[in-house]
Amino acid sequence: MLSRLVLRAAPAALRALPPPPVAVGVLHATRQLHTTQQSLAPLPPLPEKGGEVRHGLIPEEFFQFLYPKTGVTGPYMLGTGLILYLLSKEIYVVNHETVAAACILSVIIYGIKKFGPDVAAFADKLNEEKMAKALAVKNEAIEGLQAAIEEEKKEQWRVEGRSYLFDAKRNNVAMLLEANYRERLMMVYNEVKKRLDYQVAMQTLKRQKEQDYMIQWVEKNVVQSITPQQQKESIAKCILDLKALSRSAQAA
Amino acid sequence: LPAAVLLKDTKLMDVKLGQLPSWLAMRDFTPGGIAGAFRRGYERYYNKYINVKKGGLGGISMVLAGYVVLSYIWSYSHI
Repeated sequence: MLSRLVLRAAPAALRALPPPPVAVGVLHATRQLHTTQQSLAPLPPLPEKGGEVRHGLIPEEFFQFLYPKTGVTGPYMLGTGLILYLLSKEIYVVNHETVAAACILSVIIYGIKKFGPDVAAFADKLNEEKMAKALAVKNEAIEGLQAAIEEEKKEQWRVEGRSYLFDAKRNNVAMLLEANYRERLMMVYNEVKKRLDYQVAMQTLKRQKEQDYMIQWVEKNVVQSITPQQQKESIAKCILDLKALSRSAQAA
Repeated sequence: LPAAVLLKDTKLMDVKLGQLPSWLAMRDFTPGGIAGAFRRGYERYYNKYINVKKGGLGGISMVLAGYVVLSYIWSYSHI
């Protein structure tokens, strides 16, 4: 791209140079460097109609040249005079070739007058088809390039979205890491809780066992300590109490 | 006189009658010059009458008429 800039700047730089010195010769002093931007494309379109020709033989410019001096009939008078001069001075000799030429010319003119417009229309149609094909190719190329431009713009827009894509991916990864971390945290908590529960259960079990054993031992000792004599005394007391109670119940 | 044009640059139709000999003497008569003159004449005729969108009969008929006249001139002595 920079080379194209240099190439563009080159003619401007060349124009900025001073013209070659005059000492080379008088001829060179009048020559100018290229001052116009001549370019070969796009070509100017062809002219629609060719130069006007009257009677198929004489260009219109001849009639316009003689018009100011002799009016409309001037060139015809000139033509008549010329023909009479040629015939009378025998510069144009009338012989068998004249008759042949007259027949040939009449046939040619009849053919042109009859078939001229059809041939012209046919040739025009051929030209139109050629032009239409070229135009179609050009239009298709332009449309293709425009579609390519649209696609390119879309791709550029998509590239802008790439940062969002990476953000989303980063978010995903962060979320995965977070979830993993929380999972492991949960596992650690559960494990620790299990171990602590185990310890607590051990302790309660131990205490319960101690309690049971102590109760059992106390009971056993108490039962042992109750001697037979004490048993008899207690039974006798109970009987006395029962009797007293029955007496009070009987009396009431 | 910035408006005055050099004689060798004027066209034939603008040359006055008295200047005609000097104008003719100034023309380029080298072989390259003559070939250039033929080429220029051909280009002028071609671009005016033939290289157009709707060319007419006059384009080729003038060439054929010129050929007829020229061949008559060349064979006049044989008649």
